[in-house]
Amino acid sequence: MTPNLYLWLIPVLPLVGAAINGLSGKRFSRQTVSAIALGFCGAAFVMALWIAAQFSSLTLPHVEKLASWIRAGDFQVDFAFYLDQLSLVMLLVVTGVGFLIHIYSVGYMWEEGGFYRFFAYLNLFMFFMLTLVLASNYLLMFIGWEGVGLASYLLIGFWFTKDSAASAGKKAFIVNRIGDFGFLIALFLMIKHFGSLNFEQVFRIVSGMPVETAGTGLLTAIGLLLMVGAAGKSAQLPLYVWLPDAMEGPTPVSALIHAATMVTAGVYMVVRSNVIFDRAPQALMVVAIIGTLTSLFAATIGVCQTDIKKVLAYSTISQLGYMFMACGVAAYSAGIFHLMTHAFFKGLLFLAAGSVIHAIGGEQDMRRMGGLRHHIPWTFWTMTAATFAITGVPFFAGFYSKGEILWRVYSSPYGSWVFWLLGVFTAFLTSFYMFRLWFLTFFGEYRGEAANHSDEHVHSASKLQNAVPAPSGHGHGGIHESPKIMLIPLVILAVLSICGGSAGAKRFDKFLSPVLHAGVTANSAGEADATTPASEQKEQHGLEMLLESISVLAAASGLFLAWLLYQKRPQLPQEIAHALGGFYEAVVHKYYVDEIYAAVFVKPLIDGSTRILWHGVDRDVIDATLDNSAEGAREVSDAMRHMQSGNLRSYAGWIAAGAAVVIAYMIWMGTR
Amino acid sequence: MVPLSYYLVLSGILFACGVTGFLIKRNIITIFMSIELMLNGVNLSFVAFAAQWHALSGQVFVFFVMVVAAAEAAVGLAIIIAVYRTRETLNVDRVSLLKL
Repeated sequence: MTPNLYLWLIPVLPLVGAAINGLSGKRFSRQTVSAIALGFCGAAFVMALWIAAQFSSLTLPHVEKLASWIRAGDFQVDFAFYLDQLSLVMLLVVTGVGFLIHIYSVGYMWEEGGFYRFFAYLNLFMFFMLTLVLASNYLLMFIGWEGVGLASYLLIGFWFTKDSAASAGKKAFIVNRIGDFGFLIALFLMIKHFGSLNFEQVFRIVSGMPVETAGTGLLTAIGLLLMVGAAGKSAQLPLYVWLPDAMEGPTPVSALIHAATMVTAGVYMVVRSNVIFDRAPQALMVVAIIGTLTSLFAATIGVCQTDIKKVLAYSTISQLGYMFMACGVAAYSAGIFHLMTHAFFKGLLFLAAGSVIHAIGGEQDMRRMGGLRHHIPWTFWTMTAATFAITGVPFFAGFYSKGEILWRVYSSPYGSWVFWLLGVFTAFLTSFYMFRLWFLTFFGEYRGEAANHSDEHVHSASKLQNAVPAPSGHGHGGIHESPKIMLIPLVILAVLSICGGSAGAKRFDKFLSPVLHAGVTANSAGEADATTPASEQKEQHGLEMLLESISVLAAASGLFLAWLLYQKRPQLPQEIAHALGGFYEAVVHKYYVDEIYAAVFVKPLIDGSTRILWHGVDRDVIDATLDNSAEGAREVSDAMRHMQSGNLRSYAGWIAAGAAVVIAYMIWMGTR
Repeated sequence: MVPLSYYLVLSGILFACGVTGFLIKRNIITIFMSIELMLNGVNLSFVAFAAQWHALSGQVFVFFVMVVAAAEAAVGLAIIIAVYRTRETLNVDRVSLLKL
């Protein structure tokens, strides 16, 4: 008898917070709103910790059924929650990082209008994300999946009076629909062939199926369709276009949804479906290729961005590419490990970037920053920790997770040196653009305008309500460090970014291995150690060290290059840009992908909808039918109206005439 | 014995008189009397048929018609009095206010 953990409470707690704030938050003071939001989100975090504390005594996977939902013949879907090693990791990351970002948001959003609305959305997001993570079947997961999309849409368009924010929200929503389409078809295939969407049942059935080595089959199809869904949610090629635009939302949103948690849902889903992917090598191959290409592609774009948040957005896409690369070579634990460390350091990067933006009054262009390290030391040091972590400086979190991915990409039977080479090159680019950001922001001379104009600034957009002084009572005079409530989460995340990787990939792999049981266990690191002879093991270890030092070297050269270009000789980048000419232009314009999509998909769709659906079908058929029948009725009535004269004797005449007609008819019928 | 056709012709004449009066007269009371004339024309054919076929249902129908006619006369005359009190006319062409 396993204990009842009340798993359902974890997602429902933030929902209650969202409901209270969303329905009546307008009447509450800012203190009350933040207390409610933090309280319910914190409660979910505490529950997650409580579950983690008694985790070792549970029989896994631990499934709790709350209620049954759909019953149709043999097919059944329940509101049930599923706890195993994988969902525990996701649960802790989501509630932990989510809670920290909630704290940060109180400081960041204090002077913004729609304070209560922001926290209601944020809590709503937590509800859906936790549903996604804890779901015990694909359909419930899909609810969370769609729900986080909704929360993402609401929060990207938080400043909805700003046109660009509103359209960025729509773009995110629509691009995600394409991915969801793939996900849904995968679900339909599962229902048709497995008769169930429950993880346990589906995985049991799939475990009995052979590996689809030759050609493609059902599992490959399901895998590829799931990958389409993951590519939409996790911003992979070719559906990544929404994520850079999503930076229109407030910075804490970028940190929580578009870096740390929601965008990793695709990775989580692929890892969760590892049993399927293990039996579909072709699908795995596609996942690896998409991941590798995305990470490289986004990194090159990141090199030329000047908006601090856009750099981080492309960096997020690139890091997500790494995770898919790992999943694509069946190194799921490495992917989840990187997901976790990435949540720490990328969440921190965004929060620190938000702190920078906050400090200099809403400016996001790195060309107008510089020399900020003396003004905002806390932000500087925490951001430094995050930058070191993401670039893979030894003994920071990213070093372990990225090193593990690159090693597994090389050594896994699904892997190849091509992936490894591209991965290392991406690591070099990552290091280059991150240190470029670091140097441009914190070193050199301050290139912004004199800082006394900042009284006029509003973070970036409309104020829906009147501003209220911040709790710390700071004004907006000059460059200033953020209030404590924003710095505390930064420091905690910095500590996690520094030591979050020390858990070690091997131990992490062992912890997750029950989830990633079937299929490739023979190739996983743990068993490889056990089966290979000692000499070979040593050789492998040497090779691993060699490869890791190469990637550290790549990171170092990225650092050096960034230092050379942006610190030593700041005029050099322009010369290089000039020399590269057309290629540079293409990169600055993000390879014109948005323009190509607009020309190939958006414009034909709009034209088709306008000409055929709107003008042709809606206006000329549906509207015309209605209008003409109404017009006809009006004309007929207009003629008939004259019969109703109000004159009693004319009515009598009509009656008599009618009676005469009836009688005449009867007589005619009778004499026939 | 008077043949059935005589009754029917008389009934038709009575009914036609009623209809004509109804259509051409303007005084409400005359119109009202025309209605009675039509009803009685119909009543005549009812009893004629009843006598011809030795069936009582025709006679019974006539009683019904008479009852309805009496009730109608009571209501109708009340309406006529009300109309006269408010409009001080019995000319139907002037009582067409419902048309607006």
